[in-house]
Amino acid sequence: MFNSAKETFMSGNYIENFFRKLGKPLVRFTAGLGELSLFIAKSVYNSVTPPFYLKLLGKQMIDIGFYSLPVVALTTIFAGMVIALQTYSGFSSYGAESAIASVVLISVTRELAPVFSGLMVAGRIGAAMAAEIGTMRVTEQIDALVTLSTNPFKYLVAPRVLAGVMVLPLLVLIGDVIGIFGGFIIAVYKLGFNPANYINSTINGLESLDIITGVVKACVFGFIIAIMGCYNGYKSRGGAQGVGEATTNAVVSASILILIFNYIITELLFAK
Amino acid sequence: MSEYKIQVKNLHKAFGKKVVLDGVDIEIKKGESLVVIGGSGTGKSVLIKCIQGLLTPDEGSIKVDGVEINGADEDVRDAMHAKMGMLFQGGALFDSLSVWENVAFGLIENQKWKRKDAKNEAIRVLRQVGLAPDVADLSPSELSGGMQKRVSLARAIATKPEIIFFDEPTTGLDPIMADVINDLIIESARGLGATALTITHDMASARKIADKIAMLYKGKIIWCGTVKEMEKTDNPYVCQFINGSSQGPIKVEV
Repeated sequence: MFNSAKETFMSGNYIENFFRKLGKPLVRFTAGLGELSLFIAKSVYNSVTPPFYLKLLGKQMIDIGFYSLPVVALTTIFAGMVIALQTYSGFSSYGAESAIASVVLISVTRELAPVFSGLMVAGRIGAAMAAEIGTMRVTEQIDALVTLSTNPFKYLVAPRVLAGVMVLPLLVLIGDVIGIFGGFIIAVYKLGFNPANYINSTINGLESLDIITGVVKACVFGFIIAIMGCYNGYKSRGGAQGVGEATTNAVVSASILILIFNYIITELLFAK
Repeated sequence: MSEYKIQVKNLHKAFGKKVVLDGVDIEIKKGESLVVIGGSGTGKSVLIKCIQGLLTPDEGSIKVDGVEINGADEDVRDAMHAKMGMLFQGGALFDSLSVWENVAFGLIENQKWKRKDAKNEAIRVLRQVGLAPDVADLSPSELSGGMQKRVSLARAIATKPEIIFFDEPTTGLDPIMADVINDLIIESARGLGATALTITHDMASARKIADKIAMLYKGKIIWCGTVKEMEKTDNPYVCQFINGSSQGPIKVEV
């Protein structure tokens, strides 16, 4: 029996089957990656070349920025509050409570505000972009745009990508302020810190690199959210089910990419 | 200058192993109305999308005004699209825009009309297709199916195209509304002197709006002639299709 299995293996059937099974998903994955790369290249090209649809850009900036403010404010304020509490709980045993202001500052500006804002906007806006463009795809509205001599990349994708890249940094800056304020509230009103000392520690600990890190991350995250929303919507097929899948894929892929790129950017900026 | 507005030669298109168009040849003269008939899934929509550049054919030639557009640059395609209008099967009206903005889309975005002038023109075209001016500010979702078709027709003709495509213009409409749309198609196309290519399986519509009828079957044009010739033909495929009979050479896969 062992010999027979060995012969079958040696005859190449196992190896052939293994590569066949490995090959199909690999080819599909590579094709998908190529398709996404082409989509990104077309999106970037059409975002930086005229004509620009400024009215649509303004609308997207309001949708992404203004209407996401409450969600970003809520997540960052609670993130700042939690970090203040956890830092106190962890650092008090070493007598290092005075580091709370610095820890909140660094955590919020470098990590929490950009990542939480990115994830919240991915859920709110990435899904909406995929659903809207996906519906336009399955109801032939994108074909209608083409027949009306309008480039769908310029009309639909470019305003969303530009708005994502421009607005998310602003959201993150606002999130920075609100998150630090959340830490301040806990430190002063719950842990009994002196407000003036806390504000002084925060200002003294502030470095431009902290803010720049958050802004760079926000630009990249804004690009990822818009691209994944538009891409998944643009290639959706098959009616309501296809649009539903596109929406889920947009949010999941954007969220995963945000976490991956968060690590890559941190590694690039802070690795020694 | 070619006497033909549209010339399609040996057009092939397959999706994977499924061959949809298998050497289609079509010629449409200027101002002529050609209706392509055929059963569901015979590739009528694929044909119209290939001609419009929405799908890329695998092989073959598509000429508009004698200019090859298959594989042409974006500039050539844009120039070609500027000559065309299209009535989509489902209307394909932009949800995010009002009715008048839909109708005036081509005027504002491409012909650079001022919004006020474009709105007045849109209202005029809406009247032409039998819609009152108070419809102009509504959203497309507030309209009935028949009204959406009229708005889509208004959008297709607003830019005064030289070629108009009609994709199943009467599908989903009651017989009276379908006849109204047929009349509007004839009026619009003749009024503009436009060349029309319609795909449909509605024979009443085909008889009414066609100068010539072509039948698409298994990826090929198997018959082409005038409406009168169609009524007299002994082609078994055409006879079965126009009589709506389940008996004949066309086998429906159930």
